Amino acid sequence: MTHLAQLAQELDQIFVLAAHWLLSYLPAALQPLCSAILSVAAIIIVFATLFALTTWLERKGLGRMQNRYGPNRVGPFGMLQPIADGVKSLTKEDIVPITADHAVHFLAPVLLVTASFMDYAVLPIGRNMVLVNLNAGVLFFFAIGSMMELAVFMAGWSSRSKYTLLGAMRAIAQMISYEVPLVLASIVVIMQAGSLSTVSIVNMQATYSGIWPHWFVFTPWGFAGFVLFMVAATAESNRSPFDLPEGESEIIAGYYTEYSGFKFALFFLGEYIGMFATSGMAITLFLGGWSAPFSFLTWVPSYVWFFAKLLAIISVFIWIRGTLPRLRMDQLMNLAWEFMLPMTLLNLLTAGIWHFMPAGSSRWLVCSTMVVVPCILLSRGLKHRKKFQVRTYHYSE
Amino acid sequence: MTASFMILALLTVAGMAAAMGLRNAVHCVLALTVGFAGVAALYLQLGAQFVGLTQIMVYVGAVAILAVFAIMMTHSPEPVKQPAFSSQWFVGGIVAASVFAVLAWAIHSNAAFTQGLPPQPEVTVHQIGDALMHHFVLQLEIMGLLLTAALIGAVVIAMGHEEEMK
Repeated sequence: MTHLAQLAQELDQIFVLAAHWLLSYLPAALQPLCSAILSVAAIIIVFATLFALTTWLERKGLGRMQNRYGPNRVGPFGMLQPIADGVKSLTKEDIVPITADHAVHFLAPVLLVTASFMDYAVLPIGRNMVLVNLNAGVLFFFAIGSMMELAVFMAGWSSRSKYTLLGAMRAIAQMISYEVPLVLASIVVIMQAGSLSTVSIVNMQATYSGIWPHWFVFTPWGFAGFVLFMVAATAESNRSPFDLPEGESEIIAGYYTEYSGFKFALFFLGEYIGMFATSGMAITLFLGGWSAPFSFLTWVPSYVWFFAKLLAIISVFIWIRGTLPRLRMDQLMNLAWEFMLPMTLLNLLTAGIWHFMPAGSSRWLVCSTMVVVPCILLSRGLKHRKKFQVRTYHYSE
Repeated sequence: MTASFMILALLTVAGMAAAMGLRNAVHCVLALTVGFAGVAALYLQLGAQFVGLTQIMVYVGAVAILAVFAIMMTHSPEPVKQPAFSSQWFVGGIVAASVFAVLAWAIHSNAAFTQGLPPQPEVTVHQIGDALMHHFVLQLEIMGLLLTAALIGAVVIAMGHEEEMK
């Protein structure tokens, strides 16, 4: 029995041990540098592969939802499609508009991809598997996230095209508006954990009572925070139904309309990598990071759980993209400022009350009421004011 | 003086110099952002994580975007046809040199400079939070009040504008 437990533990730490083993062959002076390079390379390779997998999964999933096959020519089930796409984007001509601001036009995708990969520095993707354990890790994540807006502006402005400029304006307005609920929704976890370090936040959740884990999502404020965080994250990563900045039917591809070849692919990559990073943060904050969902499943390696949760969230993203129609600009802004912001503020109060009330069912009752009742009242009130009615299309009758 | 400090200092100075020297206003703001990021990296290098990251969040994430938008909406993107140096560059140079001299003298005559720096304190975000919530809570509240007033003022101005349009 102990033998099995030891095996599970070794399997859990296999990558950490492998890294240590590799580094032990190097002189001590080079070890910190090489350790950093090794970890960074691992992160880039793993998440770029995940990006390739996701593009295939997304096209297959959307195809299934829209009654078509999706990619099915390259490899079994079209699985090699991402490789074909990569080769295509590498061999395509790189067209830069004559009027474009060349330096800024070139730097924009570089900044976007760099910033989105930097987010992974503080994400614990397994037990002892985090690049740097900053004691302000969550703050680092949001600080780097705010750099992406600048990249979007650079792309939109430097192309000198009305579509890119409109796309950039929409994107920045949307990202700034949704960053407020995004940060406020995650503050409840910081309040409860008493720490900004992602590692200690996960460690707090990786304990069990009975078979049930102490994930923050299993509390009233945690659940509300998770939902609000995910809605804001969808908007932050410009995904459907918040994909106005790059709505194909309205402004071509938004801020990266004037990019071609590999630079276009870099924008695509940056966007997906950013989405994974935000989902990874949601997992870290609310879904217990790398911890197993039941105490009897802790023998499964920790990184497996992280990526299982990540893939689950990605599937939900794809599902939502295939289901919901795009919002209008005013609806988008109203949702952020009239619904999301009051709810996140209220959620802060709920988390505070949860902290100071004695543990028990009364705490659950009070806090659930504090979240659910205002949510219903607020959405009903906003709906009432908008005077929604059943829309009938002229030609469909 | 370590290599990383030299790189960051060069980056900051180059960014700030470019912000003054470039002809296109948007380029200037982008160069200024590089300077801000360099300063933030210097804070991080000194072990002040909270200050450094807040600097990135506020200056790179918010102030730069705001400046860029303000320039884009009020200014034509064409570069202005004026010489890069003002006609009174000599006076400006004297002022800058004297300010630098005073600062350098103040730092040089400081006790910490001659006797060596005190050991670096380990300041965690937790301690900063504690200080803000206990010792400096009044100052924090006053700042909050001030910012709320500014926010309400901005909303009032924007609302008035909307009524005019109708």
